[in-house]
Amino acid sequence: MVFFAASLLLIFIGLYAALVKRNLIKIIIGLSIMDTGVNMLIISLGFVKGRTAPIISLKELFKKGTWLVDVSKVVDPLPQALVLTAIVIGVAVTAMALSVVIRMYSVKKSIEIDDFKELKW
Amino acid sequence: MRKIVAIIFLTIVGLYMLSLFAQIPFGKPYKGVSEHYVEKGIEENRGSNLVTSIVVNYRGFDTLGEVTVLFLAATGLSFLLFSCKCLREFKRIRSSLVLRTATDTLFPLILVFGAYIFIHGHLTPGGGFQGGSVIASGVMLLFLAYRKFHVNHKALSTLESLAGISFAGIGLLGLLYAKSFLANSVLPLGQWNKLFSAGVIPLIYIAVGFKVGAELSGLIADMISTTKED
Repeated sequence: MVFFAASLLLIFIGLYAALVKRNLIKIIIGLSIMDTGVNMLIISLGFVKGRTAPIISLKELFKKGTWLVDVSKVVDPLPQALVLTAIVIGVAVTAMALSVVIRMYSVKKSIEIDDFKELKW
Repeated sequence: MRKIVAIIFLTIVGLYMLSLFAQIPFGKPYKGVSEHYVEKGIEENRGSNLVTSIVVNYRGFDTLGEVTVLFLAATGLSFLLFSCKCLREFKRIRSSLVLRTATDTLFPLILVFGAYIFIHGHLTPGGGFQGGSVIASGVMLLFLAYRKFHVNHKALSTLESLAGISFAGIGLLGLLYAKSFLANSVLPLGQWNKLFSAGVIPLIYIAVGFKVGAELSGLIADMISTTKED
């Protein structure tokens, strides 16, 4: 439940920064914080208290005499695998956004969003 | 005014999301496909790290798509910043002796650490994406320390393409020797918890490590090349 509350808090801090801040770099930082919050939410979905990480390097984690792993001793690895994907996509998105900011800076010599008024009506 | 509107908006969205997420069972034992991955993961793949078995084997096709997305982002970034001296009023400054000495000492170690992470991806936490990022951080350290440092873009893109082709090629071998794309029955599975085990999973993760390392290094180089040299 703590993870759930903390990840929601992170998502809203990021959304607040993206809505309120006027500096483009700060907006991108807000998007990154939001990304982290979503990742934490997905990981906390698979967490079960008292279980170990899904890396089977000990004999005790197997059922006796077989190669089958005891499911009641390991947390869910599937959300972690999905988050691994999401982190990489997040890096790609951040890099693209930063390159757009560099382009915008070369036009107006400013990264304050108030200076870009061409699309305002 | 703007802040008040934002806070009101966030409160409404937050209450809605709270009521929605309160119905999700957190911290409960899982069933279904995750149960199969955990229970049969070692028997089917022999890789100690179950997350790696899922990312590379069970959902290997997904990872191929993810690598493609990263490639597209790198291509889009170099398209946006191609021969653009957008930040030409910023000069790269001369770095201090401490930074240069530390870089000379640390850079080989960072490379070895990154390679260690992606070679042992099926045994310990880590893998191709993480190892590649570590290598790219070493390249970034070189950029910080030496203002005249350049990367060879042609060599980087060749390495990247070779790594991508070998990923897809290993997948096609699976189609040839077994009945499905990226099937893990080309190489013998080996023993549990040994370096040479888990079939093609380490090979694919090494390819991914090279690809991600080359891609992120190229991305950093593209961004830094928009400043004025010297």
